[in-house]
Amino acid sequence: MASLNLVQLLNGLTLAALLFIVASGFTLIFGLLRIVNLAHGALYLFGGYIGYSVTLGTGNFVLGLVASMLFVALLGLLVDQGLLRFVRGFVLREVLLTLGVAFVLNDVALLIWGGDTFSVQIPAALRGGVRFAGIFYPTYRLFVLALGIAVFVALWLLLNRTRLGALIRAGVDDAEMVEAMGINIRRVFLATSMLGASLAGLGGTIGGAFLTLYPTADSEILVFSLAIVIIGGSGSLVGAAVGALLVGLLNTIGQVMFPELAYFVIFGPMAAILAFRPLGLFGRA
Amino acid sequence: MSKPVPITQRPELGFVLILVIFGALPLVLSSYQMSIANEILIFSLLAMSIDVLAGYAGRTSLGHGALFGISTYVVTYWTSVYGGSAWLGCLLGVLAATFAATMFAAFAVRVSGVYFLLLTLALGMIVWGVCLRWTSVTGGENGIRGVGRPELIAGPTAFYYATLAVVLLMTFLIWRFVRSPFGLTLRGIRDSESRMRSLGYGTSVHMFVAFVVTGCFAGVAGALYALFNNFVSPSTVQLSQSVEGLLMAIIGGIGTLFGSFIGAAAIILLENFVSAYTARWQMVLGFMFIGTMIFAPQGILGALRWLVTRRQR
Repeated sequence: MASLNLVQLLNGLTLAALLFIVASGFTLIFGLLRIVNLAHGALYLFGGYIGYSVTLGTGNFVLGLVASMLFVALLGLLVDQGLLRFVRGFVLREVLLTLGVAFVLNDVALLIWGGDTFSVQIPAALRGGVRFAGIFYPTYRLFVLALGIAVFVALWLLLNRTRLGALIRAGVDDAEMVEAMGINIRRVFLATSMLGASLAGLGGTIGGAFLTLYPTADSEILVFSLAIVIIGGSGSLVGAAVGALLVGLLNTIGQVMFPELAYFVIFGPMAAILAFRPLGLFGRA
Repeated sequence: MSKPVPITQRPELGFVLILVIFGALPLVLSSYQMSIANEILIFSLLAMSIDVLAGYAGRTSLGHGALFGISTYVVTYWTSVYGGSAWLGCLLGVLAATFAATMFAAFAVRVSGVYFLLLTLALGMIVWGVCLRWTSVTGGENGIRGVGRPELIAGPTAFYYATLAVVLLMTFLIWRFVRSPFGLTLRGIRDSESRMRSLGYGTSVHMFVAFVVTGCFAGVAGALYALFNNFVSPSTVQLSQSVEGLLMAIIGGIGTLFGSFIGAAAIILLENFVSAYTARWQMVLGFMFIGTMIFAPQGILGALRWLVTRRQR
């Protein structure tokens, strides 16, 4: 295992941070709205392309981040209000509808940006690397790691320390009861689905800068997100974080040890967890 | 999508119709059109394998396209890279798909509803990821080119009739399967798993067997596709394969079996038609999926039946 050094450990952690950002949105929507948004990967890719174009056009990375989050949140709103409202309550029809949305979005992205590989431009301040503990590591990746932690803390505070968070948590447990208390749960749902989508957009721009953007990137992110939610349990922030760490680290170990079968490695923990806890580590019925 | 649908009242009529319609097609079609008809037959089988799980066991799978593709990969690899016989290759392909289905099923029986869909989706995508990255075996993005069909079924007409025979035989087996006491138990599980379990049925074992058997059917379709297409690449195992199969089953009407032929014909004819004008087939497929989910979740036959019953009132 000498090959698995500090650099690879950091690579795994930064991938986990990105995956957490994307999967936390996925798990929030799944947990509260009971909608498995299979378009989440496509939203990630779309957000990444928007971030790429805006960053390229304005030369401002932050503007690219904000634009991708806003645009993808709007897209999420549009899908929810324009399409999903017609099939509410039919779980399978909802899921399959979002799958259709994923196909359309991917093809639109292919139409607009073509099949080339793009990389979001990293701002000058985050270029280059840092030297510590005897290694030289890219600054940007450390930034991603920090951002992942920041998003976790922010979401944790939002869920546990604010009124909206209390409503979301109550809604995850029993949406009907919350409604009976005189609260417009639909508005909470809407806020959550926009928040979840914007996290996918954020992930797209962040990830687009170091994983690059290409037409099948959405599928890869979607598999990771699915694995994370299956491992962590739906609607659980801590579950998403643990799942992301597991998947991120295992994927990196897999890439070091069996480069061609790296994908297969995330299969192991998923299977083990399904065998013992079908609802995921932190999932509740 | 698990509304009870009566078993087709006159199944022998269905067999005769398929035999007559598909049997007569080579007399009137050009060779290009015949290859489309051939493709329809192969995908009907894939759609039926999905339909058995969705319509009779109440489990929507998004992993059968990957099982289909595993068989295609094995057949193509065996014949072209290894240089083995195509007949043995087909057998190995079906066995490989069945084996993969066993692995899938071991996990899938533990979950139901939307988790089943997610799990089969994730498993199928792992297959896709492996096919894409394992370049030393699968050729990666470039895929593997086949070596052509064996002498006996090399001609398009001979292969068409061979496909028809296999698909008809498989349809008969599937029909027997869902009509058997085993199939009835599956429908019981679909309607109420807890009740079946309290009646003493081993629901997990039933689901396991059902998954493996349908995986085998998907594998047969995949082996036929290997002979038909003579080429395999990650796009054969990708998600849209499962999605197309499921859409065919849904459009034909979940739980109708014979509807799969209608669904497959509708999708493949449309795909060929659309592809002649634009490269945006994925988008059309996506919109069709959205439209079907909103307007006709019971499929074409279901929507027609609904219209007819409304008029009769």
